[in-house]
Amino acid sequence: MAYLEGTNLVAAYGVVPILHECSVKVEKGELAVIVGPNGAGKSTVMRVLLGMLEATSGSVTLDGNDISMLSTQERISLGLAFVPQNKNVFPSMTVEENLEMGAFLRTDDIKKTMEEVYSLFPILYEKRRQLAEELSGGQRQQVAFGRAMMTQPSVMLLDEPTAGVSPIVMDEIFSNILDVRDAGMAVLMVEQNAQQALNIADKGYVLVSGRNEHTGTGHELINDPEVRKKFLGG
Amino acid sequence: MSSDSIDIINAFALLTNFVILPALSYGSQLALGALAVTLVYSVLRFSNFAQGDSMAFGTMIVILLTGFMINQGWTISGIPTALLVIPVAIIGTAIYLLSMDRLVYKFYRRVKAKSITIVMASIGVMFVTGGLVRFILGPRPQIFADGERFIFSVREFKAFTGLEQGIALKTSQFLTVTIAILLVAFVFYFLQKTKTGKAMRAYSDNKELALLSGIDPDKVVTVTWLLVASLTTIAGALYGLDKGFTPQQYHLLLLPIFASVIVGGIGSPLGAIAGAFLIAFSEVLLTYAYKKFLIYLLPLSMHPTSLVQLIGTEYKYAISFMILVIVLLIRPTGIFKGKVLVDE
Amino acid sequence: MSNFDNIWQSHKTTISFTIMALLLLFVGFNQSWALVLGIFNLCLISAIMALGVNIQWGYAGLFNVGIMGFAALGGVSVILISQQPVAEAIEVGGFKMLFALLLGAITIVTGVLLNRKGYNKWLIALVVIIGYLATRYYFSNAADLIEKVNPAKTGYLGGLGMHVMFSWIVGGLAAAGAAWSIGKITLGLRADYLAIATLGIAEITLYVIKNEDWFVRGVKNVAGLSRPVPYEVNLQNSVWFQDMVSWFHSSSLELLPLADQTAQLSQYVRASSVIFVKLCYSGLFITILVVMIVLANLALDSPWGRKVRAIRDNEVAASAMGKDITRQHLQIFVIGSAIVGVAGALLVTYNGIFIPTSYQPLRFTFLIWVMVIVGGSGNNLGSVIGAFIIWFLWIQSGPMGLWFVEMIGNFTEEGNIITEFLEDRVHFLRYILMGSVLLTVMRFTPGGILPEKNKEL
Repeated sequence: MAYLEGTNLVAAYGVVPILHECSVKVEKGELAVIVGPNGAGKSTVMRVLLGMLEATSGSVTLDGNDISMLSTQERISLGLAFVPQNKNVFPSMTVEENLEMGAFLRTDDIKKTMEEVYSLFPILYEKRRQLAEELSGGQRQQVAFGRAMMTQPSVMLLDEPTAGVSPIVMDEIFSNILDVRDAGMAVLMVEQNAQQALNIADKGYVLVSGRNEHTGTGHELINDPEVRKKFLGG
Repeated sequence: MSSDSIDIINAFALLTNFVILPALSYGSQLALGALAVTLVYSVLRFSNFAQGDSMAFGTMIVILLTGFMINQGWTISGIPTALLVIPVAIIGTAIYLLSMDRLVYKFYRRVKAKSITIVMASIGVMFVTGGLVRFILGPRPQIFADGERFIFSVREFKAFTGLEQGIALKTSQFLTVTIAILLVAFVFYFLQKTKTGKAMRAYSDNKELALLSGIDPDKVVTVTWLLVASLTTIAGALYGLDKGFTPQQYHLLLLPIFASVIVGGIGSPLGAIAGAFLIAFSEVLLTYAYKKFLIYLLPLSMHPTSLVQLIGTEYKYAISFMILVIVLLIRPTGIFKGKVLVDE
Repeated sequence: MSNFDNIWQSHKTTISFTIMALLLLFVGFNQSWALVLGIFNLCLISAIMALGVNIQWGYAGLFNVGIMGFAALGGVSVILISQQPVAEAIEVGGFKMLFALLLGAITIVTGVLLNRKGYNKWLIALVVIIGYLATRYYFSNAADLIEKVNPAKTGYLGGLGMHVMFSWIVGGLAAAGAAWSIGKITLGLRADYLAIATLGIAEITLYVIKNEDWFVRGVKNVAGLSRPVPYEVNLQNSVWFQDMVSWFHSSSLELLPLADQTAQLSQYVRASSVIFVKLCYSGLFITILVVMIVLANLALDSPWGRKVRAIRDNEVAASAMGKDITRQHLQIFVIGSAIVGVAGALLVTYNGIFIPTSYQPLRFTFLIWVMVIVGGSGNNLGSVIGAFIIWFLWIQSGPMGLWFVEMIGNFTEEGNIITEFLEDRVHFLRYILMGSVLLTVMRFTPGGILPEKNKEL
């Protein structure tokens, strides 16, 4: 059994069905990427894994334990961390306070984790007393990432971390993500830039209207002619 | 006063006694109320129309307890008994506000109701609260200040300085300003430096992300109401010590309080305080009769015959609203750029 | 049980109105017909007010907390239109007041124009302050002169001496004008700004009415307003009315000896004249209410109404239209407030006296709100039934509370502290009752008694 696993998830917003028996899993030290067209339910998978949306059926397990019935907060305290696509910082708080809030549930010393975040994103150290709303888009993304890391999670869920940033910043963010993975975290990421994401992914899921359409390693999917034709623009 | 000379010192003393001191204490009372409205607004996302009547509720407990203490002879000479009972009154108000939250507001948070629906619910709460206060205490005025009335009186001041115009410092004014400064300092320290305070700010900034950080919304809401109860009770008690208590008067405080909040920039604690003093000083400055003041400053030939009052005292409450309208027209975000101008 | 439920679901409008009618009839048989007609007429006026508020809330989600202010504007219109002018006051102060008001208007216009042209702010402030001081000087001078003219009886300028029905329209227009200026300032900003602004404008309107004696006599009230219906005394003296009453009561009169018949008849005539006048009012109010409901429903089914509902039901899609929404909300706000203004004018006409202190801004504003929510926001008939139920409850709960306290009093000694306390305070329980009714309905049946039919799910 994989470290984090969502099995046969079915979910709906009100009466509109979004997910039909969709399954994803990710191991520690592995980067899994979910790609697919708009409205395929990619972000919904994340919300269900986090308990922000209740699944009508299916199960979520973490390290072999069923966490389907737990609240979002309980899942967070068990080691899940989430970086939403937008509204992912506390705008009127300083960078440092943003990171502190990430560590809200921790009772131990958080200084060391904060130093780790700062060494990963040196620019944040420089701007630690500035308000998050004053930062650029890429820097804000780093704050969001750092805030999630402060919980010392075992699983990191990222919703389109590169949305709206320049290609250079995108490369930087991807390299940060790989660093996190190499540190032993399980990383599950939803991405719009399918080509680049699958390139670095250990595992990929292609989601279409709430169903698993293709599954495989990143390279398998990139080299799959059908996936190329349908989702990667040839 | 008969002299022809220009007398700046006496003019200033006059202004201090009749404008600056009253406006400072009134401003402090408004500031505490406005801060309470701001906290509810930032964390719970609605304009609390029940604020004025909640202040009446808190003050009611203070009045009842003060009466009881005086009856029992449990007083400390020189200190208003009301001060001694404030902590208990805060607990009472907190229990009341928290039960209202559980009975009324919690439901609307859960179903993510529009803020205007919660505003309407708060008007329902306002009526229940106002009705309770009038039922228990009656609609008539109440005076509950005891102890020394003055830190120093006009007579003492005149004897000490030899000035023609005296300044009196009322105990209630002194207490109001001192306690308000301490309380505001505490609230700001709490919000800026403590973990719970930061969690409140985080929750107000971005509810969903706060949840994702493991911040317990119920706890944030509870702490907010506790702070609101303290601010509300203390503001109400200080206002009552200064000006006496009638339920209707407290109910009407809603207007200057809302005006302070919006003028300062809705959602900004600092703005609420600045707005409160702006409103208080405008009210007092615009309704003050400057005749005597000008007599001190102008040569005999230019002495005014009328009261030289810019706006009649009867329009005191209207002033805050006029300022509100002007601010909405010129700078709808308020002095300290408020956060939310249109609905989310 | 479910059978009962079905009947209720399919006939709830009929059932609820029937129950209400039976309740009123019950009071009529047990207490008095004059009383019940009094309640009925005020129910009708409340229903018109509630209709105006329902249009604002139900059609556009606009929260008007200044209903009493708009109603007071309607009331003022009755005086300004229907009262006879006070010639002497106009002679001594009329033109001076006109001059002062003109000066004030010029000041404001100059200030606005200078601001538009981008002049120095301090210069503008100086101009406005000088203008204000001059206005205030002439103004208080004129007000003094006017108020000195026979202060016990007039002391104000009076009105235009026109027919009172004309003032109903003017009342609507006055309220519409006030609503337009408030709407211009606050619509498009946060929704609660409108609530706060309406609360403020209502307070200020009432302060002005109470304090400016030269205007509508302030707290000295204006009594003896002219009527659109006959006076009781005139009725009692008119032959056709006496004939009608004797015909109506002929069966009971014939039983009496001839000597007593005249005395009994005059008693009947007196009682009937009161009822007849109230019935005339009822007729007028019902006509106005029906016309307004028909118009409102026609408007709601028109293309305009569909657009209104589309915007209300799907704000996300509508927000793309931005400016359009604000304009539409302004229209609805003005229309709703105008209806409240008309109702306010009707209220003063019906009372025959204008008492500024009787406008308790939040208290009655709040009652109207309870009517709208309890009746069913968005449904025009709903606000009518809501108005009937709540006004009935409000009026009857006072005596009922006292009756209850007296019941307790029967078991206690004379001068018992608790009984005296309750007698003194029991009417405040009505606030708690109404607040609880509002909160309960909002929480458990947000649709009210008659929920809106065509609301999309």
